Amino acid sequence: MNILELTAVQLGKKIQAGEIGVAEATKASLAQMCALEPTLNCYVTIDEEGALARAAQVQERISAGELTGPLAGVPVAVKDNMCTAGLRTTCSSNILANFVPTFTAEAVLNLEKAGAVILGKTNMDEFAMGSTTETSAFGETKNPWDTEHVPGGSSGGSCAAVAANECFYALGSDTGGSIRQPSSFCGVTGIKPTYGTVSRYGLVAYGSSLDQIGPVAKDVTDCATILEAIASHDKKDSTSVARTDGNFTAALVDDVKGLRIGIPRDYFGDGLNEDVRDAILAAAKVLAAKGAVVEEFDLSLVEYAIPAYYVIASAEASSNLSRFDGVKYGYRTAEYAGLHNMYKKSRSEGFGAEVKRRIMLGSFVLSSGYYDAYYLKALRTKALIKQAFDKAFASFDVILAPASPTTAPRLGESLSDPLQMYLGDIYTISVNLAGLPGMTVPCGKDKNGLPIGMQLIGDCFQEDKIIRAGYAFEQSRAYEGPELAKRTGAELAGKAGAPGMEDKGGVAR
Amino acid sequence: MSKQYETVIGLEVHVELATKTKIFCGCSTAFGGAPNTHTCPVCTGMPGSLPVLNRQVVEYALAVGLATNCGINQYCKFDRKNYFYPDNPQNYQISQLYLPICHDGWVEIETAAGTKKIGIHEIHMEEDAGKLIHDEWADCSLVDFNRSGVPLIEIVSEPDMRSADEVIAYLEKLRLIIQYLGASDCKLQEGSMRADVNLSVREAGAAEYGTRTEMKNLNSFKAIARAIEGERTRQIELIEEGRKVIQETRRWDDNKESSRAMRSKEDAQDYRYFPDPDLVPVVISDEWIAAVKARQPELRTEKLARYQAEFGLPQYDAEILTGTKSLADIFEATTALCGKPKEVSNWLMTDAMRLLKENGMDADQLTISPSNLAKLIDMVDKNVINRTVARTVFEEIFANGVDPEQYVEEKGLKVVNDEGALAKTIAEIIAKNPQSAMDFKAGKEKAMGFIVGQTMRAMKGKADPALVNKLVREQLSK
Amino acid sequence: MANIISDETIEYVGILAKLELSGEEKEKAKEDMGRMLDYIDKLNELDTSGVEPMSHVFPVNNVFREDVVTNGDDSENTLKNAPQRKDNAFMVPKTVE
Repeated sequence: MNILELTAVQLGKKIQAGEIGVAEATKASLAQMCALEPTLNCYVTIDEEGALARAAQVQERISAGELTGPLAGVPVAVKDNMCTAGLRTTCSSNILANFVPTFTAEAVLNLEKAGAVILGKTNMDEFAMGSTTETSAFGETKNPWDTEHVPGGSSGGSCAAVAANECFYALGSDTGGSIRQPSSFCGVTGIKPTYGTVSRYGLVAYGSSLDQIGPVAKDVTDCATILEAIASHDKKDSTSVARTDGNFTAALVDDVKGLRIGIPRDYFGDGLNEDVRDAILAAAKVLAAKGAVVEEFDLSLVEYAIPAYYVIASAEASSNLSRFDGVKYGYRTAEYAGLHNMYKKSRSEGFGAEVKRRIMLGSFVLSSGYYDAYYLKALRTKALIKQAFDKAFASFDVILAPASPTTAPRLGESLSDPLQMYLGDIYTISVNLAGLPGMTVPCGKDKNGLPIGMQLIGDCFQEDKIIRAGYAFEQSRAYEGPELAKRTGAELAGKAGAPGMEDKGGVAR
Repeated sequence: MSKQYETVIGLEVHVELATKTKIFCGCSTAFGGAPNTHTCPVCTGMPGSLPVLNRQVVEYALAVGLATNCGINQYCKFDRKNYFYPDNPQNYQISQLYLPICHDGWVEIETAAGTKKIGIHEIHMEEDAGKLIHDEWADCSLVDFNRSGVPLIEIVSEPDMRSADEVIAYLEKLRLIIQYLGASDCKLQEGSMRADVNLSVREAGAAEYGTRTEMKNLNSFKAIARAIEGERTRQIELIEEGRKVIQETRRWDDNKESSRAMRSKEDAQDYRYFPDPDLVPVVISDEWIAAVKARQPELRTEKLARYQAEFGLPQYDAEILTGTKSLADIFEATTALCGKPKEVSNWLMTDAMRLLKENGMDADQLTISPSNLAKLIDMVDKNVINRTVARTVFEEIFANGVDPEQYVEEKGLKVVNDEGALAKTIAEIIAKNPQSAMDFKAGKEKAMGFIVGQTMRAMKGKADPALVNKLVREQLSK
Repeated sequence: MANIISDETIEYVGILAKLELSGEEKEKAKEDMGRMLDYIDKLNELDTSGVEPMSHVFPVNNVFREDVVTNGDDSENTLKNAPQRKDNAFMVPKTVE
């Protein structure tokens, strides 16, 4: 048996049964990193020492019968925009290259309570701004299915690490599709929960009204289990919602009889890759065969989601990222003449091109004379988009759609044309605007062997329905990882040295 | 100056609320403390931190709004005001622009010219900034975030004031209301009440307002009065010279008695306000408003009337006592202890006021403890000490907070009522002053006063004056 | 491009955002922003009259904390990541002339 092939829940069971030790599982993950990181670059920081120490502690508590949860002792990777006390948190940006938080994000604390072993921090698009993980200041992450391709983004490191068996599951964050799109590109499962379900405390904000943390794993069972662990009503986050329906694993039932599934016609128009369309429609047939009632409908307003999103997210980002100024933490330029020059040089040198682009756009749309025309207009559009979903959910339990119009593009293809890259978020963005839960479940491959994910969208607080649909679909199809992941660390031993606490620089350009 | 000009003034008053903790985190608002010792991730803008609103801030803002006749926005929100400055850790200040908690109120002021209503445009809640300390040696500034996140309300008046007198009357009025509500101590010198003055001038009778400037850094009523006069003169001179007043923010330097524009290319004054997505709206129910109204303490006007009716104090005394919240508090607490309102009032109105004046202090700086004053009054009443001694003991209470009973005991200041001892002293004094005895016998009453005075002196003021009088008369009449 | 971004606008936005762009970056930023705004102008096709701007998706309100001191001296953590510090405070270029 290859430990690494196990899902998080399967591993958790074996750890509870004493069949596998926590240290053994942790070392297996570290060995896999050792083998694949030089190729994939899923992590910004690997905490080998911390993970092994933690593994020993957790093992003791499991052996003592104190930790009995399904995730106790299971190694996890955390996206590098969630604060981890004592462990560098960079947001894949030079401006935070040396930032070591003094507190831990609530979602990560919840995982720690469940007995998680944190392996390290995963690579991402800088400040989660991007769809390819290529805007990272620490180099792009490569898709484990084909290293000529991107893993998607912004949670590309988390999704690639799960696919490559460099961890058993991961946390990602999703502002406009940043969990669902890379999950699709990497052939893994990811959930963006209803806004307010997982605390944002300790998540370095990009678009505060849109950001949500969520799980990335090999299957729906894992995702439901992880979501159950990380969801909490946090008094430190004013937008956190007190939910009484946190029992997400109860929805893991292979039964979609009578479930009303809507397929938005407007998601299947121009620009949708044929292989993707075929795979999604085939998935719909699988669900229909299982007794779901599948119907097409017109969602409307689809083309307005992206412009509304870029106004809102950029505006919030321009304000959220103003705190990075070289005064309290992070990068400060070496030479400057006075205060404002220090600000400008530190920020211009510390931020990458995409981040600067969005800060500029956000500052502009909020500036005097433009607030109404852009910002308020976008908020009004958001209200209309929410209404369109409300109407759809009056008729359907779940919306089934692609997660992305294409499979993973080649490295370097997207960055040259930002607007084109933004258009790739067309199926995921409106879910964030409306605060809805969405999940990506792998449903096939394109003709080049790259994974395709389908997106299941539920009404607010109705994760149970998408989990049920996803779980039922998944029963028709075994999990398949990339070939690269199947080569174990042991097989590849000797190819690279022992993994260490990697320092990928932090040198500003 | 040939033309007549009218000064038009509006005020933006910032008041630090008397909460125990900051507006968005559980850090203490206590003054002092080494730099950054009252800080946490929230009030220093650490990545990932989030604000949660202190309920008491809303309570205080509501209380002030209701006491100043404001309408309440029962659905109000917080907005971000974006600007870069090192004392502002997030580089945005959480404030209220679009839906402030209170709007359209007024207060009535009294000046020599009579009474007048001053409109209040709005009151909003916001967070204070940190403190910058300028290090001359190292040619740098140091940032201390202890004050960062301390709750403020900003009270924005209508441009209804026409003179420094009105401005000061308005500020005094606000200060009394807010102090009485317990929402703030409103100390200008300590910065818990700060006023920015918006001022423009126009020709008398003109319908349109002139271009206004905003004056900052006004730390006392005197500075405000001087700044108003200075800015009025400056603007009139510009107009008379045919030049234009520029809308700008100016910083008053009270030492130089002049102001300077705070302009900079890097300061665009474009704050890009937008609703703070990290905070949720505040919805204020009718019940909440009713509860705050019900809890509203007795305000100055009511107290003034009550002091006259209940305690029989003269209007002037009642005005002085209620003119400073802390003074009224001392008065009431002491009266409750000793049950002698007139005595308490006398001590405060005469000795306390004299000592404050001698020490260059304001009434709100009086800190004597009601229990000490009550004890003192009791001791006089029971003739344990005489009035002369009592005044020196009062000075000790005022300056050093001594316990009067203990102090009188230690210093041996009790009234001497031992007739034998007194008689002996008096006999000695009469023996030394035979002329006085003869004068008395010759019908000169005054001579007795001399002997009494000498006796009191010999007894170091501790003798009971009535007893001394009686004994001297007896001995002289022999 | 319908939205032509002037040098002045880019300069002004740079002041607001505290970003200093090189000549080349500026030209690129002008073009990018113009294109994005053209795209965003698509929103004008929508009739949003009478629609309330939606900041929060859910009607959550009145989230408060009680006025109780919960934090002690955390200055060491506050200053831990400071690029420059002195006397328990953050050191910055002089803010007054």
